[in-house]
Amino acid sequence: MRFYESEAKQLLEKHGIGVPPRVVAKTPSEAEKAASELGGSVVLKAQVLFPGSDKAATTKTADNPAGAKAAAEELLGRKFGGHAARAVLVEKKLASAKVFCVRATYDGIAKKPALIASDLGGTDLDDLADEQPDHVKRRHLSALLPPSTYRSKELAKDLGLTGSALNRMTGVVHRLAGILLDYDLTVVEVNSLAMTEDGKLIALDCHMDMEIEGRARQGKILAELGVDESEARLPREPTEFDLAGAKIDHDDPRGVAGPIVEFGGNIGLVIGAGGGSLTTFDAVKKRGGDPANYAAIGGNPSVKKCQALTKLVLGKEGVEKIAVISNVVSNTRADLLARGVIKGVIELGLEPSEVITIFRAPGAWEADAFKILKKYGVEFCDRSVSISEAAKRAVEKIGR
Amino acid sequence: MSVLVHADFTFIVQGITGREALNFTRECLEYGSKIVGGVTPGKGGRDVYGVPVYDTVREITQSKKVDGSVITVPLAFAPDAAFEAIDAGIKNIVIITEGIPRRDAAQIVEYADLHEVRVIGPNCLGIIVPDVCRFGSLGGPAVDCRKAFKPGCVGVMSRSGGMTTEICNALTASGLGVSTAISVGGDPVIGSTYSDLMPLFEKDEDTKAVVIYSEPGGASEAQLALWAKENNSRLPIVAFVAGRFMDDMPGMSFGHAGTVVERKVDSPADKIKRMRAAGITVAEEIGDIPGLVKERIGA
Amino acid sequence: MAMFIRVDVDAGVVKKTAGLAKKLIEICPVKIFGPGADADSVEVVEDNVDECTLCDLCTKASPDGVKVVKLYEE
Repeated sequence: MRFYESEAKQLLEKHGIGVPPRVVAKTPSEAEKAASELGGSVVLKAQVLFPGSDKAATTKTADNPAGAKAAAEELLGRKFGGHAARAVLVEKKLASAKVFCVRATYDGIAKKPALIASDLGGTDLDDLADEQPDHVKRRHLSALLPPSTYRSKELAKDLGLTGSALNRMTGVVHRLAGILLDYDLTVVEVNSLAMTEDGKLIALDCHMDMEIEGRARQGKILAELGVDESEARLPREPTEFDLAGAKIDHDDPRGVAGPIVEFGGNIGLVIGAGGGSLTTFDAVKKRGGDPANYAAIGGNPSVKKCQALTKLVLGKEGVEKIAVISNVVSNTRADLLARGVIKGVIELGLEPSEVITIFRAPGAWEADAFKILKKYGVEFCDRSVSISEAAKRAVEKIGR
Repeated sequence: MSVLVHADFTFIVQGITGREALNFTRECLEYGSKIVGGVTPGKGGRDVYGVPVYDTVREITQSKKVDGSVITVPLAFAPDAAFEAIDAGIKNIVIITEGIPRRDAAQIVEYADLHEVRVIGPNCLGIIVPDVCRFGSLGGPAVDCRKAFKPGCVGVMSRSGGMTTEICNALTASGLGVSTAISVGGDPVIGSTYSDLMPLFEKDEDTKAVVIYSEPGGASEAQLALWAKENNSRLPIVAFVAGRFMDDMPGMSFGHAGTVVERKVDSPADKIKRMRAAGITVAEEIGDIPGLVKERIGA
Repeated sequence: MAMFIRVDVDAGVVKKTAGLAKKLIEICPVKIFGPGADADSVEVVEDNVDECTLCDLCTKASPDGVKVVKLYEE
C-alpha cells in the first residue's frame, strides 16, 4: 500500500529526518499562498500514487507565488497515468552541494532487511546497480535484533563520508531502517537525499510502501496519517466488482478467494490457486480470449466461498458463460469446488451444463468431483487435458 | 537417495486439529508418511487418525525422534509456532501458513539459520519424494497424489504449491517422473530459494535435471541464473515463467504476495532474459517441459 | 438447502451413548452438528451440510448413530 509523498515526509519528519519546509495545497490559490509563505523559489509536486510514465511531469518549479498558482492549476487540471492528483505538495526549493540516495527494503535472497545507498542520488538505484555497481553500497540488518547503528555507520563510510557528515548520514540511514521495520514497509527510499552547503541532510523526495499483510497491525500510524481503511491504494482503483470479491474473501476465512479483479472482456473466470491462476490467465490471453475478470481461488475454499464467487463472476453484466480451470489441485478440493460452482450457478437460476463451458480441476478428490459434474451434465476434463487446452476450449466456446 | 526427506523421516503437525491439517494429516498417513504427533494448544490428549495430539512441541521431542514439523496455524501464531519447533530441536520446518508479513518471515528464517534449521515456505505446500515420503500437503489424497507423482529423475522447485503438482503430473505422464519436488513458497521472503536448494539436488544421485516454476516478483530467478553461471552444475535446468501478462500491469499483485512487478528484476521478461543467458531453458508451455528435459538430458 | 450431502443422525443412539453429542459437535471441522434440545442430542445445521469434507470423523465416532450420504451418488 503506497503512501503519498506528503504522508511519507510527515513520517520522516516525525522520526527526525530533515525534510523541506512544505505545505499541501488542494487548490491553485492555496498553492499561491503557500509559495508566498515559504518565500523564494518553490517546487510543486502533484500527489499521485501511480503516475506511470507521466512521473517526470508531476513536478514543476516556480520562482514566485503567481508562478506557483499557474503551475498548481496545471498539475491539478490534468491526469498522470490516468489518475488526477489529490493535492499539490508545495516545497521550498533548497540548494544542495551533493545528492545521495538511500533505500531500506527487504532482500529476498539474503532474507534480511537491507540498506542500499549511493553517492549518486537522483537517479534510478537499480539502473545504477547494473551500470555503475561501484557506486552502490549495501548492508544487511538483523530482523531479530533492534537495528544496529554500526551497520548504518559502515554504509555511510562506504559512501566516502567522514567527520560530521558521516555521523549525520549514519543517523538518517539508521532512522530509515527503523521506519522500515516498525511500520511493516516493503520499501522506504529517499532517492534525492540532499546535503546542503551547511552539511545538513534533507530528504527531497520519498517513496514509501506498506505491506498489505502488515496493514492490519499498523492502524495507529495509518490513522495518524489520515489513511482511511477503505483506501486500497492500488495502481487501479478497485471497482464495485473487485470490492464485492474482497468482501467474499473476508466474510469466510476458509481458503482464499483473491485477487478478484475486473477486466473488460466476456470470459468469466474461476481459476485455481496462485500460480495456477497466473498460468491460466496467460493461457486464455494467449489463445485470444478476453477475460471478464481475474478470480483466483486456493487454500481449499469452502463451498460457500466458491458459490459466492461463482455468483459474482457469472452475475457480471456481459458475462454469459464461465470457465473453471485449475492446476492439478493438492489442498484445494475438486469436489468442494464443483459443489460451490454448481450451487452458485443454480442459485442464479441458470443451468450448470449450459453456462459452465469447461471444468478442469483434476487432483484432490477428483473422483467425487467427476461424479458431481456428471450428474449435472457439466463438461469436465481430467489431467490428460492441459491448462492450455482447457483455455483453448473455453475461448472457442465463448468466443473472442 | 532424495533431497531433505527420506523413508524414515518422522515429523509432527503444528495446528493438527484445523480443517486443512486434518485433511493432509490423513492424506500423509495414507501415503505412508511417519507422523509421530500433532500440536494444538488446549487439545492435548486427543488423537487425529491415530496421531496423538499434544499441547506443546517439547512433549513430543522429549520422547520421540522428530525430524521435521509442518506448521499450519493461523497466521498470528505462525512465528511463535516456528520458534517453538526450532527451540525444541527440530531441524526441518515446512510453513504452509499464508499471509505472514515479511518482517515476521525474516525473523523466523534468521532464527532458524542461527540454529541450522532448514525452513521451506512460508506459503508453500512442502516436500514430496514420490512413493518414499510426503512432508506437507502436496498432491491431495494418496490415491490422487500417486497419479501425479511417480518416482523418476527430475527435481522440481516451484513458487506455487498448485503448480508443483501440475508440473510433476506432466513429468509423470511423460515417463520421466520426479526425484524430489519442493514447493518453496510464494512469499517475498521464504526460507529456501532455488539457489539455496540447488546444491542439494546436485548431490542427489537420483536427480538428472531440475525444473523450476517461477512468477513475477523478486530476484530469486536472477539469483538462480547467477548460480548456474558460477557453478558448473551437472544438472540442466528447465524453467517455466507464469504471469507474463503482468508485465503490462506494474504495481499490481496477482497470484501470491510475492508476485508484483515494481522493478526491472521483477518482470517475467527480465527473468527469462537472465535465465536464458545463463543456459537455463525456458519453456513456453507446461506441456513442453518434459520434451525439453528429455532434450537436455539426452533421454 | 443442501444439494450434495445428507447427514442422518439416529437420535436414539446419540442419546444412549454418553458424551457422543458433545463429541460430534466438537470434532466436525465444518460445524455440521449443533447443540440439540438437551445435552444428549444434536441438531444438524442444514446450512453447513454441503461443506462436509467427508472426513469420516463423525461416522467413526458413531458408526451406528451417524450416516453421511453423498446425494450425487444416488
